[in-house]
Amino acid sequence: MRFSIDSEQLESGAVKRVEEMIQQSPSVCYQCGKCSAGCPVHYLMDIPPNVVIRLLQMGQTDRVLESRTIWVCASCNTCSTRCPKEFKIAECMDALRELALATGKDTPSEKDIKLFHREFLKSTRRFGKVHEASLAAFYKLKSRHFFADVGAGIKMFFKGKIRPIPHRVKGVREIRQMFEAAGYGQKVEQ
Amino acid sequence: MKIGYYPGCSLHGMAIDFGKSTEATCEALGIELEEIPGWSCCGASAAHSTNHLLGLALPARNLSLAEEAGFRSVAAPCAMCSNSMKKTHELILSDKETAAEVARITRREYRGGVTVLNAIQIFLEYGLDELAKRVVLPLKGLRVACYYGCLLTRPPDLLKFDDAEQPVLMDEVCKAVGTEPVEWGFKTECCGAGFSMSRTDLVCELTRRILENAVNNGAEAVVVACPMCHSNLDMRQANINKMFGTEFNIPIVYVTELVGLAIGVKPKKLGMRKHFVDAMRLTKRLSAEPQEEVARAS
Repeated sequence: MRFSIDSEQLESGAVKRVEEMIQQSPSVCYQCGKCSAGCPVHYLMDIPPNVVIRLLQMGQTDRVLESRTIWVCASCNTCSTRCPKEFKIAECMDALRELALATGKDTPSEKDIKLFHREFLKSTRRFGKVHEASLAAFYKLKSRHFFADVGAGIKMFFKGKIRPIPHRVKGVREIRQMFEAAGYGQKVEQ
Repeated sequence: MKIGYYPGCSLHGMAIDFGKSTEATCEALGIELEEIPGWSCCGASAAHSTNHLLGLALPARNLSLAEEAGFRSVAAPCAMCSNSMKKTHELILSDKETAAEVARITRREYRGGVTVLNAIQIFLEYGLDELAKRVVLPLKGLRVACYYGCLLTRPPDLLKFDDAEQPVLMDEVCKAVGTEPVEWGFKTECCGAGFSMSRTDLVCELTRRILENAVNNGAEAVVVACPMCHSNLDMRQANINKMFGTEFNIPIVYVTELVGLAIGVKPKKLGMRKHFVDAMRLTKRLSAEPQEEVARAS
């Protein structure tokens, strides 16, 4: 992998934005590799966590924002817990996902993961709470995985683990207003 | 003891067994749980993964509601819910800028007067000695693997609960009710959590390793305190067996169910018939013994 420094990205671009969001600079990392060594989903990543941080140090933000790594990260926080420099790697991944969506640079793969997040929050926004049954149904329709887990779904229904009718929180408007105020789903120019 | 109760979305749905066992066990112990009026979803992974402000504001709203209702402590048995509420609580208290930004979004104030308790902390607050005295039907000699997963202890600087690499507090609770926690290596490994539907392959790979380690170390059941850990280990066990040709058949029980059984709550009231892998077989291990003997053994 070739590395070159992009100072514009470091000073005003995505790296700056990540630093503001997590209130920490990736420059503290000295590449010990503990984060990648302990990562349970490392085997699915195209760029290992420590290399993500290295790329941020160089201002190579596009390669990071376009990576699969940021989406398959399960936010288990093993990396942040073990980092000798106390760099919040998992939070950095959160910031990168948010930025990738806002700039539209996110990878076209890992559609299902993004779709699930989106449908989850749609349910929250609609009812104030997540309604699992309709969330699963919408997710299935849109991901076109119609037949996965049908057996499990039927079993869950008979075990009384599915609440068919959603319950709406009183004053759900307040929650919708919070989505607006947090700028959920807004795009940024870059 | 009267405390606030935040069941979260899943304890009324998919993890109704966790909800039922929390409520029934607390009732039997004389812990009065009162639901926070008007509570809403904490946003879970979806919120913090895609909008960090929303990921703080959603739990902050519930904290404010709890504070307004006059609760000093709130039981949030779901590990995701307690994780996000604890994190938000700490960040609001430690960082004024974040606190102001969150207050702008929620249009509510949170002064930091609420202590959030996860499922294990409910029993720790009650007192382990007290709990041991309440045991009437110990699951004597039942070897259990206490599985903490990610959300109970990490990130440690914000959650301030137990040790992040070698936690022991769930083991202590299990010991207090007469079971024998085994030593094993996957206490805090990740199960894949919210990827259950979107990356089932990933979840099956991670949970296979966890189950394998638990079984190899002699566990007869895995104890959990998180709805996602439960569904990934319990419901996905059939998928794992199909995918890897394994023959796992190990009951996954909530810590609230285990405690409930030991203090004599009926398994049906605990929702134990709702599991995918039969957990009712554990009830055959219940032995009615005089209390003193249990106390001496522990």
